[in-house]
Amino acid sequence: MKSDLLSLAKDLVAALEKGDEVVADGLLDELAGLRETQLFKEIGRLTRQLHDTMVSFSVDAKIAAMTEHDIPDAKERLQYVIHMTEEAADKTLTAVENLLPISQQLNDQVALLSAKWGRFLDREMPLDEFKSMSSEISRHFKESKTGLEQVQAGLNDILMAQGFQDITGQIIRRVIDLVQELEVSMVKLISISGRKSGDQASTQAHPELPGPVVPGVDDREGGVATSQVDVDDLLSSLGF
Amino acid sequence: MKILIVDDFSTMRRIVKNLLKDLGFTNTVEADDGKSALPILEKGGIDFLVTDWNMPGMTGIDLLRAVRANPHLANLPVLMVTAEAKREQIIMAAQAGVNGYVIKPFTAATLKEKIEKIFERIDG
Repeated sequence: MKSDLLSLAKDLVAALEKGDEVVADGLLDELAGLRETQLFKEIGRLTRQLHDTMVSFSVDAKIAAMTEHDIPDAKERLQYVIHMTEEAADKTLTAVENLLPISQQLNDQVALLSAKWGRFLDREMPLDEFKSMSSEISRHFKESKTGLEQVQAGLNDILMAQGFQDITGQIIRRVIDLVQELEVSMVKLISISGRKSGDQASTQAHPELPGPVVPGVDDREGGVATSQVDVDDLLSSLGF
Repeated sequence: MKILIVDDFSTMRRIVKNLLKDLGFTNTVEADDGKSALPILEKGGIDFLVTDWNMPGMTGIDLLRAVRANPHLANLPVLMVTAEAKREQIIMAAQAGVNGYVIKPFTAATLKEKIEKIFERIDG
């Protein structure tokens, strides 16, 4: 570049001394052109630098927003997952603890009665004992009915308690999305600071569908139904 | 009475299926999103649709809209069972023509009540 300038300048001086204005004009234009290209190059470099700084600034701001808002929010969501899984486990264990003695009691009764019934079939049972066995059988039927109803209800409780898997699964998916988003931002920041700006992957800050309401997180700003009663009220206000 | 249960979580499909069985509805089919549900519905023979909202592929609200837009399915009763609880979403579902809306987590009694209410309206 420097040598280009120098030789152009020398040619220019020579042309002027010779009084060759046409050549001198052409050389002057060429010199100005060189100057302009350099200027544009410099402007280009500055623009790129500004752009990179702006991008890194927005990534910075994004990471700051994430650490300030999204990470604590994710922590609260994960706390809720612990709460829900604990509640489901408690419900299931309570139901099992209630059901086991019922099934044990019915089992004992059946063992006792079937032994007696065997003796009756073998004609080894006196009439008095047969009478008492008959009333025991009647009582067993009655107790079986209540017992099995309780078993049915308990099994239903266990069934319903498994609903936590769907809800917590949805919440955990969202937290995974957040972690991925954070990862992408960190990678972007590293590539910018290394001046090797790669493709900018677009991330989605907020999912389209808000999903399960986490108490204390999603209901802070209102606008969500926190119970089935809320849903029913809203729908009936719409004429449902 | 044949019922189609649509949810991307198999645990939830099993819960709904068992609850329906307990209510006397033993004939059920399952699909894991709107995209796989639609061909089943179009084939005919489904009398009642229970669907989740947030599913990959095709969401429940899009499925509901597709059902209402199809002249053969337009009158199919649809119950939405979902964790989506924003007021705008419930209104959106109502406007799309849902027959009932249950938010998760729900109780067996709630599901029973909503299903009975839908059938009452259809019969009445």
